[in-house]
Amino acid sequence: MEKKAAIIVHSGDMDKVYSALILGNGALAMGMDVYLFFTFWGLQRLKKGGLEKGPLSKMNMLGLGKWMIKRKMKQANVASLEKMFQDFKELGGHVLACDMTMDIMGVKKEDLRDDLISDYCGVGTYMDVAKDASVTLFI
Amino acid sequence: MAEIKVECIGETCPVPLVETRKALRKAQEGDIVEVVGTHPSSKKEIPMAVKAMGLELLGVKEEKDGVWKIRIRR
Repeated sequence: MEKKAAIIVHSGDMDKVYSALILGNGALAMGMDVYLFFTFWGLQRLKKGGLEKGPLSKMNMLGLGKWMIKRKMKQANVASLEKMFQDFKELGGHVLACDMTMDIMGVKKEDLRDDLISDYCGVGTYMDVAKDASVTLFI
Repeated sequence: MAEIKVECIGETCPVPLVETRKALRKAQEGDIVEVVGTHPSSKKEIPMAVKAMGLELLGVKEEKDGVWKIRIRR
């Protein structure tokens, strides 16, 4: 059976969303079956136009720090979050959106990137995947 | 049997791994995927992924200017 990775994306910080997608894509490249669960602040990144909107988790400095890091990333030829998401989907990765976050934060399905989201779910779906996963992460 | 070329020169983590995986998914059994890149860690990690997926690593070749070439049989 294929090995599984179940990753919770709780943070909406730009650098942490990058970490989640790099890890997810790396796991897919290793032949694993990968699930990214977007909840709380992470879910905000799945809003239309929201992918690159997250601040830097440290030294954001009202966006100055983020701007500097983005510039460095461009120089180092790091792929954009959009490209990483498209790769994730192309390699068969699953993107799950937490429906409770949608309720409490007033996020509607039509506000979200339906092209990226595979399903809407709760904790039961996460645990059902995580119980057989060899890699579980909370970001 | 087809030979598929993947060019990742100048690309960084995780692009060479991801592009290799994409090519391997598209390849038929027996096809050869040849990846060329410069990202140092990918030179070690692509063979790890090949092993993890139970495929055949045909060779890892060091060329000049930090360029490496990896051949895989699906």
